[in-house]
Amino acid sequence: MYDKNKILIGLAVFVVFMTYPFWNNIGSAAYQRPELEKPKNAKDCVESVEFMRAEHMAMLNNWRDEVVRGGEHEYHSTASHQVFQKSLTKTCIKCHENKALFCDKCHATVAVNPYCWDCHVDPKGDMK
Amino acid sequence: MKTLRRDFLKIAAVAALGWGVRPASELLAAGGGGTAREGLLFASRHTVLSGPNALKASRWGMVIDTAKLTDEIVVDVTNICHTTHNVPNIPGNQNLKWIWETSMEHLFLDNYHEYQPETGAKSALALCNHCDNPPCVRVCPTKATFQREDGIVMMDFHRCIGCRYCMAGCPYGSRSFNFKDPRPFIEKVDLNYPTRAMGVVEKCEFCAERLAEGKMPSCVEVSAGAITFGDLDDPESDVRKLLAERFSIRRSPYLGTKPCVYYLV
Amino acid sequence: MLEKAINGSKIYWGWIAFLLLLMSIGAACYWQQLSLGLTITGMSRDVSWGFYIAQFTFLVGVAASAVMLVIPKYLHNYQKFGKILILGEFNAVAMVILCLLFIVADLGSPQRLMNVLLHPTPNSVLFWDMVVLNGYLLINILVGWVTLEAERKQVAPPKWIKFFIYLSIPWAVSIHTVTAFLYCGLPGRGYWLTAVLAARFLASAFAAGPAFLILVTYIAKIFTGFDPGKGVLSMLGKTVVYAMCINLFLLLCEVFTVFYSQIPSHMAHLQYLFVGYHGYGVLVPWMWSAMIMAVVGILILIVPKNREQDNLLIIGCLLIFIGAWIDKGLGMIGGGFVPNPLHEITEYVPTQLELGVSLGIYATGFLVLTILYKVAIGVKQEIE
Repeated sequence: MYDKNKILIGLAVFVVFMTYPFWNNIGSAAYQRPELEKPKNAKDCVESVEFMRAEHMAMLNNWRDEVVRGGEHEYHSTASHQVFQKSLTKTCIKCHENKALFCDKCHATVAVNPYCWDCHVDPKGDMK
Repeated sequence: MKTLRRDFLKIAAVAALGWGVRPASELLAAGGGGTAREGLLFASRHTVLSGPNALKASRWGMVIDTAKLTDEIVVDVTNICHTTHNVPNIPGNQNLKWIWETSMEHLFLDNYHEYQPETGAKSALALCNHCDNPPCVRVCPTKATFQREDGIVMMDFHRCIGCRYCMAGCPYGSRSFNFKDPRPFIEKVDLNYPTRAMGVVEKCEFCAERLAEGKMPSCVEVSAGAITFGDLDDPESDVRKLLAERFSIRRSPYLGTKPCVYYLV
Repeated sequence: MLEKAINGSKIYWGWIAFLLLLMSIGAACYWQQLSLGLTITGMSRDVSWGFYIAQFTFLVGVAASAVMLVIPKYLHNYQKFGKILILGEFNAVAMVILCLLFIVADLGSPQRLMNVLLHPTPNSVLFWDMVVLNGYLLINILVGWVTLEAERKQVAPPKWIKFFIYLSIPWAVSIHTVTAFLYCGLPGRGYWLTAVLAARFLASAFAAGPAFLILVTYIAKIFTGFDPGKGVLSMLGKTVVYAMCINLFLLLCEVFTVFYSQIPSHMAHLQYLFVGYHGYGVLVPWMWSAMIMAVVGILILIVPKNREQDNLLIIGCLLIFIGAWIDKGLGMIGGGFVPNPLHEITEYVPTQLELGVSLGIYATGFLVLTILYKVAIGVKQEIE
């Protein structure tokens, strides 16, 4: 092929750059789950920890449409058979009081920026 | 070679169309990605699945007694509405208001004449009329503003793209737009209700979130009887009794909007 | 064929660089809008649509003008329009892109743009506007490109393109009718609630659009030596002047209906625009200038001999184009929202940042137009 050397060198440089996150982290600790502040006044969440870890995004999305568009405010928990209000501010935040020490810890680690907080008020944040 | 490639592309295109039929029909059946209750495509009335504590009605309506509105009541009403719902207080013409006091002339336009009795009310409250045939719902391209089966015209702040077509469509000027971030302009944030972000339209929602908890709208509670709220389809409701007793008018009914806020004059 | 666009004179590249500069200014202004919100515009709670939507409304008309070339050539076999037909189609592409950009710039939450597709709402005219605008864009890209490619290869275009060419005729009418329907179905806006709005829109479109085409063809002639053919532009000038006559006639119809019926809420808007209302009248000088320009333009172009002379044709087209732009690009919005549904008055004047964003968007559209025209003219000159 034409310019074989230039192409192979360029390709090698590209591969090195694209795999940087992988080889740079060889030897250092694997992804560590950040320490989250547990709620003081409640033992059980709306659902189990495993479910929440995997599903809280989809669940909150569903709550959003069910409450606003369906007028359906009550959530029947499959774990505890209790009835909760489908509300980020009135249910979740009631126990997980500190957004910075709970929500933001994981979100910052995995670099996601949910825009919920543009509107939903964080009681301990700058909107006291 | 060229013909083979062309044939391949033609077959691939037809296959893609064929494979797309099932996902597309599923998407449409689900109401376009929203909840199944939304209805297929058109702005149909959304079912309300309220809990056991909620106040329910077939058709919510409001009656405002202009004779009973005092200056204090008007101030209380506008304050409680705007503070409970974190409506920002922005000076100038990019302001937001869900309920406000305005003159009878501005409310009823050419119905108003200069020979009204001196003792009559000179002003009353303007708010969203939660029309039975709302032009704002008709024009919203995303169904972000939608009508519930109990008549309340709701806002889905999550879906609104801020095109402001609803503001152009509303013949009552009831809608406000967040031209900028509202948070710096909210004096005291009510922690029980979200704020909005910039770029969405907002308006009165007949306190749907309070109705779900079995409470009357905030404005009704502080109005000392000047504002009554109830089921227009129930002949025994307070609103129907008031409407049967005294003469009432609505704002610009000839536009076909079927407003559900009645003014006792 | 795009390689035609990367071979150009110093003037060509200078023009491209200038457009890119304007686009970066517009981008900076739009960045401000994304950070601070639409508060940077002159819009208000009462005047909730402004310069952006007004430009979109006007440009939809200019885009639809391609049909004024397609109908004579394909339905009536008027072959003389054949040479500039591609310019009309590529102009439509650039103008529709401008429309879409202005719509996106006007959105309060543009990051949620896909909601219009995810939650289709056929009872909303905005949904149909999205459908017809994007459809017209695709049709013109397809038709323009395929016919130009065929011309370059000196073969007849493929038979299936005829379907899209014929489709583009009603589709062009539909894009501006749907845009008019955005306005004329709103019960609370007396200035817009008129059956003739769609007709007026089409009339001013078929005046402003071909006028714009004539002007850019002259510019192309100056810079590239492209010759549209004898008598072609003056023939197109006929469309411009007759369409503008119809537009003015429809306006006079509206004036009569409104003022003979003496309904205050309808009179208020025309009064605000032409004589001022309760002391407010920032648009009054603009509207009268538009009227004078339109009338003078018509008087110039209505004389057939004037249309044969390049200078007079250019002046007439310029006057009519600017007159139509003021009427649609400023008058529609101001007149529609003032006074508001409670008969209160909030005037609207676009802000500098708003105009900066608009400038950037216009530059983008002209960049697309320049590139497409370079390709089209390059191909035409190649086959000669």
